Amino acid sequence: MINSSLKQIAAALAAKKISSVELTQGFLDRINRLNPEINAFVTTDAGRSLAQAANADALIARGEVGPLTGIPVAQKDIFCARGWRTTCGSKMLANFTAPYDAHIISQFDAAGAVNLGKTNMDEFAMGSSNETSYFGPVQNPWDRSRVPGGSSGGSAAALAARLAPAATGTDTGGSIRQPASLCGLSGLKPTYGVCSRYGMIAFASSLDQAGPMAKSAEDLALLLNVMAGFDARDSTSLQREKEDYSRRLNQPLTGLRIGLPQEYFAAGLDAGVAEVVMEAINQYRKLGAEIVDISLPNTRLSIPVYYVLAPAEASSNLSRYDGVRYGHRAADYTDLSEMYCKTRAEGFGAEVKRRILVGTYVLSAGYYDAYYLKAQQLRRLIAQDFKQAFSQCDVIMGPAAPGTAFKTGEKTDDPVAMYLEDIYTIAVNLAGLPGMSLPAGFSNGLPVGLQIIGNYFDEARMLNIGHAYQQVTDWHTRMPEGL
Amino acid sequence: MQWEVVIGLETHVQLKTRTKIFSGASIAFGMEPNTQADAVSTALPGVLPVLNREAVQCAIRFGLAINAEIGRRSVFSRKNYFYPDLPKGYQISQFELPVVGRGRVAVQVPSTSSGQAYEKVINITRAHLEEDAGKSLHADFHGMTGIDLNRAGTPLLEIVTEPDMRSAAEAVAYARQLHELVQWIDICDGNMQEGSFRCDVNVSVRKLGSDKLGTRREIKNLNSFKFMQQAIEYETRWQIETLEDGGSIHQATVLFNPDTGETRAMRSKEEANDYRYFPDPDLLPLEILDTDIEAVRANMPELPLAMKARFEQEYGLPAHDASSVTASRGMANYFVAAVSALGGTHSKDAAKLIANWVMGAVAAKLNEEGRDITASPVSSQQLAGLLGRILDQTISGKMAKEVFEAMWAGEGTADAIIEQRGLKQVSDIGAIEAIVDGVLAANAGMVAEYRAGKEKAFNGLVGQCMKASRGQANPAQVNDILKQKLAG
Repeated sequence: MINSSLKQIAAALAAKKISSVELTQGFLDRINRLNPEINAFVTTDAGRSLAQAANADALIARGEVGPLTGIPVAQKDIFCARGWRTTCGSKMLANFTAPYDAHIISQFDAAGAVNLGKTNMDEFAMGSSNETSYFGPVQNPWDRSRVPGGSSGGSAAALAARLAPAATGTDTGGSIRQPASLCGLSGLKPTYGVCSRYGMIAFASSLDQAGPMAKSAEDLALLLNVMAGFDARDSTSLQREKEDYSRRLNQPLTGLRIGLPQEYFAAGLDAGVAEVVMEAINQYRKLGAEIVDISLPNTRLSIPVYYVLAPAEASSNLSRYDGVRYGHRAADYTDLSEMYCKTRAEGFGAEVKRRILVGTYVLSAGYYDAYYLKAQQLRRLIAQDFKQAFSQCDVIMGPAAPGTAFKTGEKTDDPVAMYLEDIYTIAVNLAGLPGMSLPAGFSNGLPVGLQIIGNYFDEARMLNIGHAYQQVTDWHTRMPEGL
Repeated sequence: MQWEVVIGLETHVQLKTRTKIFSGASIAFGMEPNTQADAVSTALPGVLPVLNREAVQCAIRFGLAINAEIGRRSVFSRKNYFYPDLPKGYQISQFELPVVGRGRVAVQVPSTSSGQAYEKVINITRAHLEEDAGKSLHADFHGMTGIDLNRAGTPLLEIVTEPDMRSAAEAVAYARQLHELVQWIDICDGNMQEGSFRCDVNVSVRKLGSDKLGTRREIKNLNSFKFMQQAIEYETRWQIETLEDGGSIHQATVLFNPDTGETRAMRSKEEANDYRYFPDPDLLPLEILDTDIEAVRANMPELPLAMKARFEQEYGLPAHDASSVTASRGMANYFVAAVSALGGTHSKDAAKLIANWVMGAVAAKLNEEGRDITASPVSSQQLAGLLGRILDQTISGKMAKEVFEAMWAGEGTADAIIEQRGLKQVSDIGAIEAIVDGVLAANAGMVAEYRAGKEKAFNGLVGQCMKASRGQANPAQVNDILKQKLAG
């Protein structure tokens, strides 16, 4: 079943060809065998997972079956799950057991899905390679000497190694789409506000958005159906009518206008990646789409704007980790100030500290106007670019990342090179738009992702566009050898 | 050298909502530590704030009460600083765009030995919503500090004035007035011991006639009017003496020590935190619509000034009386209930009589016993029962005082006490004539004095008549009859 679609697995469960307990145990066995090296999961709890699976089997026996009943889902360790250790990839929370469920977790519970375990991630979702995790780097199953991308690198590696049939991620500047691209997966970051952030540990609140990661667009639709929806506990959650994201999967693409931003195909893009992306776009032309040249002139500003706003919000969001109420606390201190300093110096890794310092700086008296306020103004310009573009096209396509998976350790000493990994994804978060990455082929044996950016709330259409492509290609079914 | 003190106030008013400002946890006071602290109050990873509609309605209510502009779009910001009782590491407050804009409060400054009573208008700069912090408990933890987060997230309205006050008396009068107002409109329980109403006072001095403000020091967390008066007076003297001695004032936060009656610097502003305010990305800007404002307005109680004007108009009360009986909502409720028990608006005499009693005997007893009018042992109904007996001439005003004392002591209703003590006024002419005749016969000497032109003797005879009737004779009738008999 490891390479089956969610629909096929659901059918097998419904037909009682396999039980959820057997299925879950099968994936747990794979995890036990492969995870010690790949390091995709930081926490598994066979007891809890199998108990959920047994409950799902009981539901199935009673005929109370939904599309995800009994299906194991790997949860990014950024989501609080009651009774589960929830670390956010940090020493700060290495011993924190969540006493409550994130909205996303309760949605999966209500759908009868099984929590297969918590996946590794960059510390507090800050990173593009999964190397900032306190629990160590994650291997890219396509080449174990390379990174899986980040910050949702654990979820991506788990899917690519077929340690899980479905996973969740979060995306603040590309953290779903970039690892999906580097690991040959489908990943969707919905419109900001579609998935509740309640119980999802905050990095940069105005940019963070949860989304599904899976093998195919069809699977993404099933997962998003469970994840999306209004939640009164998140004031930025959008009150919209519930929609079925699968409903448009099989529509024809005739007349679809695809915008290609010139800035996404300029210097900095790997030639092999460019070739794969252009080939995918050719495929769309064959499916009846029309190609339009567009411009997103403020693209070059998106990285500096992001690296002002995201650290500013993060510096404040991470203030609660002070050692007073939960999480890590330094062992020895003589006064309050020393307790704070030692606790935070010990509990946070280098990248997190770097961003807290940057964020504190840009919010400081005397710098606020020049940095934070200016960045907010530019953020509106960037959103304006997209608004303009969507008057000329229905969706925008381009690369999800400038290259393929790089070597572990290759960029760890060069933060700016690391930040440029998200050059094509960050603007989407700044504008609050939905973005998706689909596997589009390989360059030098490594997966390449095609990014599709849609207008607000166009997820169903985007999934339709992804599904149509996956009906005529098989990149999404490819898996690494030797696993 | 003549000095002038300049004072501005920032008051934290705890709102009477059912739950916290950003979560559903209870705000009940005096519970076991941390039993009112939910996931949001303890700032667990992943939790988010959701604004309490009731808190916004309280703020609108206050804005309407002081004729302020209501901020149609206000923004919640984060005030970042580390403190163990501040669980998120930031306080959610409003910075640039508050929910209530400029307004005004008319204050009655009472008379003192050095001056007459007067009215002064204090301008309100703004009022904004924010959350309270928890408490650090320093006792009984073997050298460690305990943290109680029950109060964390309690809704506050911070009300900021312009530097409009020029004496401790004005500042205290404003604070008292505000204290009454927030209770009047039912947004705060006014309990100062429990910290529901706390004042920070900014004090500076300058040479009289100067239009430049001096450097201010902020006296933090005053929770009694008496301490406020003492603290401002001490601080003013201290600043003047410092300047006259050639020193200078540095901006600082100071605390008042009630035991020594002195203020002492807590920390200087120069080394204060940079709070790094920025809009809270977890909360969208708050938009208040006309319909929201109208919904609050529809449920507003009549405000003190409107009620005062109505009392002057409907009952013909003098301005001073109308002010006094509307000084608090409790007082006004008491007055209105007594008036209605005595026949409502038809009787202006009754209203005036009630006002006199409420301001006089009732206020004196309450004052003496340190009680609030809502805890008066003589209810408005009972007082009306007593005053009814004055109006129908059953008893004299003087006897009513005696009856009132007995009622206060819990001896029963006015009628029962009058009956029991036999205090009914005698208005029967025959009975009074008999008493007068007896007195005239027994006091020939005084009669002769009166007839010889000594007017004072007349009062003596009246006194004898009243004594003979054991105070029950109608004094006006005694007067008349005595005059007739002496003339005859």
